[in-house]
Amino acid sequence: MGFLLHALRRSKPLLRSHLPHPPSNALRWISSSAALHGPASSLDPAPVDPPPKAPVGGARVHIPNPEDAIEVFVDGYPVKIPKGMTVLQACELAGVDIPRFCYHSRLSIAGNCRMCLVEVEKSPKPVASCAMPALPGMKIKTNTPVAKKAREGVMEFLLMNHPLDCPICDQGGECDLQDQSMAFGADRGRFTEMKRSVVDKNLGPLVKTVMTRCIQCTRCVRFATEIAGVQDLGILGRGSGEEIGTYVEKLMTSELSGNVIDICPVGALTSKPFAFKARNWELKGTETIDVTDAVGSNIRIDSRGPEVMRIVPRLNEDINEEWISDKTRFCYDGLKRQRLNDPMIRGPDGRFKAVTWRDALAVVAEVAHQVKREEIVGISGKLSDAESMMALKDFLNKMGSDNVACEGNGVSPNADLRPNYLLNTNIAGLENADAFLLVGTQPRVEAPMVNARIRKTVRATQAKVAYIGPPTDFNYDHQHLGTGPSTLLEIAEGRHAFCSTLKSAKNPVIIVGAGIFEREDKDAILSVVETIAKLNNVVRSDWNGLNVLLLNAAQAAALDLGLVSNPNESIQSAKFLYLMGADDVNLEKLPDDAFVVYQGHHGDKSVYRANVILPSSAFSEKEGTYENTEGCSQWTVPAVPTVGDARDDWKIIRALSEVAGFCLPYDTLTGVRARIKTVAPNLLNVDDREPSTVTLDMKPSCGQQMSPEPFRAAVENFYMTDSISRASKIMAQCSSILSKK
Amino acid sequence: MAPLKNLSSVYRAELVHRFKGCGLTSASRSFSTQAPTTGNIQPPPPPPPPEKTHFGGLKDEDRIFTNLYGIHDPFLKGAMKRGDWYKTKDMVLKGSDWIVNEMKKSGLRGRGGAGFPSGLKWSFMPKVSDGRPSYLVVNADESEPGTCKDREIMRHDPHKLLEGCLIAGVGMRATAAYIYIRGEYVNERLNLEKARKEAYQAGLLGKNACGSGYDFDVHIHYGAGAYICGEETALLESLEGKQGKPRLKPPFPANAGLYGCPTTVTNVETVAVSPTILRRGPEWFASFGRKNNSGTKLFCISGHVNKPCTVEEEMSIPLKELLERHCGGVRGGWDNLLAVIPGGSSVPLLPKHICDDVLMDYDALKAVQSGLGTAAVVVMDKSTDVVDAIARLSYFYKHESCGQCTPCREGTGWLWMIMERLKVGNAKLEEIDMLQEVTKQIEGHTICALGDAAAWPVQGLLRHFRPELERRIKERAQQELLEAAAA
Repeated sequence: MGFLLHALRRSKPLLRSHLPHPPSNALRWISSSAALHGPASSLDPAPVDPPPKAPVGGARVHIPNPEDAIEVFVDGYPVKIPKGMTVLQACELAGVDIPRFCYHSRLSIAGNCRMCLVEVEKSPKPVASCAMPALPGMKIKTNTPVAKKAREGVMEFLLMNHPLDCPICDQGGECDLQDQSMAFGADRGRFTEMKRSVVDKNLGPLVKTVMTRCIQCTRCVRFATEIAGVQDLGILGRGSGEEIGTYVEKLMTSELSGNVIDICPVGALTSKPFAFKARNWELKGTETIDVTDAVGSNIRIDSRGPEVMRIVPRLNEDINEEWISDKTRFCYDGLKRQRLNDPMIRGPDGRFKAVTWRDALAVVAEVAHQVKREEIVGISGKLSDAESMMALKDFLNKMGSDNVACEGNGVSPNADLRPNYLLNTNIAGLENADAFLLVGTQPRVEAPMVNARIRKTVRATQAKVAYIGPPTDFNYDHQHLGTGPSTLLEIAEGRHAFCSTLKSAKNPVIIVGAGIFEREDKDAILSVVETIAKLNNVVRSDWNGLNVLLLNAAQAAALDLGLVSNPNESIQSAKFLYLMGADDVNLEKLPDDAFVVYQGHHGDKSVYRANVILPSSAFSEKEGTYENTEGCSQWTVPAVPTVGDARDDWKIIRALSEVAGFCLPYDTLTGVRARIKTVAPNLLNVDDREPSTVTLDMKPSCGQQMSPEPFRAAVENFYMTDSISRASKIMAQCSSILSKK
Repeated sequence: MAPLKNLSSVYRAELVHRFKGCGLTSASRSFSTQAPTTGNIQPPPPPPPPEKTHFGGLKDEDRIFTNLYGIHDPFLKGAMKRGDWYKTKDMVLKGSDWIVNEMKKSGLRGRGGAGFPSGLKWSFMPKVSDGRPSYLVVNADESEPGTCKDREIMRHDPHKLLEGCLIAGVGMRATAAYIYIRGEYVNERLNLEKARKEAYQAGLLGKNACGSGYDFDVHIHYGAGAYICGEETALLESLEGKQGKPRLKPPFPANAGLYGCPTTVTNVETVAVSPTILRRGPEWFASFGRKNNSGTKLFCISGHVNKPCTVEEEMSIPLKELLERHCGGVRGGWDNLLAVIPGGSSVPLLPKHICDDVLMDYDALKAVQSGLGTAAVVVMDKSTDVVDAIARLSYFYKHESCGQCTPCREGTGWLWMIMERLKVGNAKLEEIDMLQEVTKQIEGHTICALGDAAAWPVQGLLRHFRPELERRIKERAQQELLEAAAA
């Protein structure tokens, strides 16, 4: 965007006259600063001299060892950088934005687009700044005629075979090629021959390809091989016949494939579901978080009017870097299907009838009063936010019941100590690990972003990964030690070959999947894991490598708030079951005469058993607090209005409590949060992680015996795990086409 | 103006040649009156006047490649008779520093085209290993159109190359040599394989090579016929089993080359001459040619000469003498000459008036904005459609571009398309300048030198044959006008 603004300022005298301030520093034509990226300040004039330029995009530098710092000169201004940085990074620190296509800070350097050419004193030719290491005293010139000419030439070559279909291209408006050709290209083309065209490739239901637009930057190839860990994409042919493609007719089977849409600098790879739906400038972006898994990836929901048009990732170095999983990105069409609009009551004929909120709440309250208090059970769902879970717990407690749980947390979860159910190492901290032991977890489907982090670590440091569980897909080197707890026991007793690796590791990490929460012998398993941790020095004062990888967005907050009853037992005697978005609860043991209230946003599994439906808002429509698997609480922000007559979860419960005569003492979100503060204050420290306390010896010993039953996969179908993704047509396509059967 | 001015000198030179032309064998020093540089093109200050003012006419006893034409036995027995593998052990035992110093003294410059001083290049290899082995990679992927010198070495004198591998390998402390042969060179490969087997059997290579206590292996690898794999880093990629696409530099191969280990890539000829240089002494080798351009060189002359050949000659031999002495002159006489590409397809061509008195060495050809390249002289007489010739070269580079970086991938195709139109004059006059600009946009902006190589022939054409291009454009415009009027 900065490029575009600059281009406008420089190239269109007419337009320029409309701008409030004339550009005062016209010589520094490619200058850009962090300030320019903000929408409000983008038209401020650049200071004349001295130019105290802010690094591009707020780039910051940390020089660990001052002796390793070197000084280079960018356009005459000295800048201190650590050794080993490239010329391009040095320029960014100096506040000079170098145009680039193939360079991406998270991918290996290809140096093939040649757009980032700059002049370096004493070098006979312009150098590709993305690939050239900066040397002490280097004099880099980014705005000389040589550099400008070089860029203009490269831009002309890039546009030569690029189709002029911007008006029908989905990348239009957010296209690097468009922006940079405005800023650095010539004002007319000289190419009069025929353009090349390339046959489109079928990469699957998510990524649309228009390969004629491809500029062969190979970002997608490098992303697929390096980050996603699949060898599906590659370069075929040579010279002007070069094409990006799958070597054989094949779909791109990766849970991260959608990210190639973001990294493609042109419109060659675009979102298939989003194709021709909207223009990016029509969209309202709402910065929120994802709830389809326990990672809490940072996302931006782009909406137009009441409709979510697409979901794109947001940068968060600690959680998802700049990637998101395909489920996060493409589940949004589930938000428009199978939605519950109105409160409904199941009539005697078994059919639902829409009623008013007043009637629905009155019916629920009446039934609630008729049952015994221990027969009241509340279960919150995978996608519940902390506020509504707090309200549900408070409400049921006021009614006299203590049977409140969150699905997925299993039998009497151990919620006394937070480190017992969190990813204590932190997602970013996994990068420091050098040995991984994965117990009953398949991170690739349970938490793709955590898996991406493990893969990154394995790639960078050759960390060893060992896995115990059912055979599954990994996209990095690993040892499959076994399938069941017996292997775990072998390790605990030091009989296994992997013990030596674990023992010699400096920062070992054990990750236990939340799938074992559902097992009867989970305490025994956890205590064996703890024994392994103790033996191998996994938990130290400076390193906590004992982790639990949760499955759902609601789990951590539910345990923090103490939703810890045992639904499997209490459900057998329940007469009044309150399901707050809980769709994966096993209702088979529920007595037939039990009255089931389903409060949720999708007509999913539990609706079939519900007597009353109370429609609530989805995560994209409400403000709520979610705690991710590493204990970091984050807020969702409403992007679109709620559907029909739906209300926020906590508001429904608050209203119900009043109708039922147990009025909850809060009626604003601030009020609920004040209540949360008394229970789990850490939930209110948004974007913050409470440092985990080391607690290995604080747990009572466990007398339980492990059963020899092997671990089971916690996620059967990656593309359909919750009510939103189950309602999504795109996810349905993915699971039928891409899931390996 | 330049051609006019030059007319008289051409004529004079021609006369001299006619006069002296009869005694080929004895005329080795007879052209000493001829100035080493040209009259009309201003070269950079010429090197200090050497004692020798005329070059060429290499004597038989000074030839390094004594079996260039395959009249003797190419294999071990014959090779030893010709002096190969003689006292190799002593040379190996003298050590790396001695070898590199001798090479530096000899002034040998890389014979692959770039002309980088070989001794200096070899000295870049690490003196002390950090645990990684060092490798010598011999670039036998000789695909430059017009070049056929390495082929002769490999099929008729393979032991020179193998011995050179050992010497060069010791010089750069390498543990093994990889010879990357062009895929099309089948017989050369077979001969080299056979020679390698012989050398191993005779204990000249392998463990304790030549009894010197130095372990040195030679591996032979076949390419698949891609021109780009002759670029050193693309060759390494190809050798590693990847797509032959050049790597970014830095890091240079001397730091991280084949399999990430220190590597030096050298041309076949450079390696093959090194044992003889060491045996006969660097001074002997340096006595040929002008300063900084010393030695003997294989010249491959093809095109419109009466007897195309590959011949070993002294560096700095005048081009005209080279053609007349060894190739029986230009087809139809010197006056029938149109242009010469002096160093393989990638250097700019030279029109006749420059060819008259240019010397065949690195500096002299650089001074006339061309280059020695691989010393593959392509001669074109006046029957040649020079635009078509260059257009064909453009097609070659378009075809062989690896497609990795933008200017080369897109630019070479564009050059070819414009050249095809210029061939028939289907262009506007402004497009000649545009073509020049496009070549400048490619040149120097690419990862490897293929972009430059594609740009230079076109630049040479524009530099020397612009009137021809303009004539074609005008003629076609005229004709179209007439046709339009007739219709």
